[in-house]
Amino acid sequence: MNTIEFTILIALGSILAGFIGALTGLGGGVIIVPLLTTAFGVDIRYAIGASLISVIATSSSAAAAYIKEGYSNLRVGMFLEIATTIGALSGAFLALVLAPSSIAVIFGLALLHAAYSSLQNPKDSLESKEDPLAKLLKMDPSSYHVQNIPGGFLLMMAAGALSGLLGIGSGALKVIAMDRVMKLPFKVSTTTSNFMIGVTAVASAGIYLNRGYIDPALSLPVMLGVLLGATIGTRFLVRSKTSSLKILFSAVIFILAVEMIFAGLKVKI
Amino acid sequence: MDDRKKTHSMETAIGHVLKTGVILSASIVLSGGILYLYRYGAMTIGYATFKGEPESLKNVYEIFISALSFHSRGIIQLGLLCLMATPIMRVILSLVIYFKQKDILYIIVTSIVLCLLVYSLIFAR
Repeated sequence: MNTIEFTILIALGSILAGFIGALTGLGGGVIIVPLLTTAFGVDIRYAIGASLISVIATSSSAAAAYIKEGYSNLRVGMFLEIATTIGALSGAFLALVLAPSSIAVIFGLALLHAAYSSLQNPKDSLESKEDPLAKLLKMDPSSYHVQNIPGGFLLMMAAGALSGLLGIGSGALKVIAMDRVMKLPFKVSTTTSNFMIGVTAVASAGIYLNRGYIDPALSLPVMLGVLLGATIGTRFLVRSKTSSLKILFSAVIFILAVEMIFAGLKVKI
Repeated sequence: MDDRKKTHSMETAIGHVLKTGVILSASIVLSGGILYLYRYGAMTIGYATFKGEPESLKNVYEIFISALSFHSRGIIQLGLLCLMATPIMRVILSLVIYFKQKDILYIIVTSIVLCLLVYSLIFAR
């Protein structure tokens, strides 16, 4: 296969990944890494580098649209970005120690969790009491009270570490930290999470660039493809009912996850 | 309530900055990509074994040199750098906003995030 053919094929795969990522709300990253490693035989380090690039692109380009949808909580987001960036740096360092095969297994497990949580129905569980730490950090707007900041902070560090280790946005975990643990409204959680994903991804992408994991020729079709696919997916999402599609794609992600776990384990044996 | 509205309009402005950053970087990546495929499209390529990038595509300063000498891979890498700078721009803009509001607590919080990002991009291996 020559470079032009390879680039076109990867671009088509990336458009599909971006489309499915936008439709399921999981982001393109969780689909592009298994696609590159299993279908195109790309080394997982190059795949993670290219995926992080696509994560930064989609989260930044979606920001304007997300803001129209609802209010994000900038203070909560900025404060928790301390946790996600520290986590992302640790994840990138952890990637040096762990074998690529075990990274593949962890990836599969994270993918299973993301697919599962995308099928859950969002539910707001707001709290009426004011938390003293939230008061100190001036996080509460007039309509809800932020709770359990230490718990949310710890979970955000884990989300950042997974993002840095696996090259994904780990939006699912970020949303859980905010809406379940810290009791923010679901819409506020998803909007704030999207804002945080880009910053988190840059924290580990910088290290990966310095380490030589980010290949321009591979990132070219991945970045542009995922961006295009995500844009189409978002338009599609507005226009149609997608619950049955969502289930279908979650099944696809489930298969990808199992395949990645299997591939990781097989290399080890 | 008024404060919330003000914050929202600042967020909208930030959203547009982010979008502009993405469009700019995508254009640079695309131009570099067309040049790259024109020059090297017929060669074979593979990513099955990890070799790592050469020094000229790893380091921020070297990437600028490479792009300015019209190396196609260097131009793509410059576009990717521009993309990575976009969320950093958002953090810087937030810092400006907190300075205007004289919100010392969040000036500190935002500065910590900014330092971590700069550390990652310039110093960390």
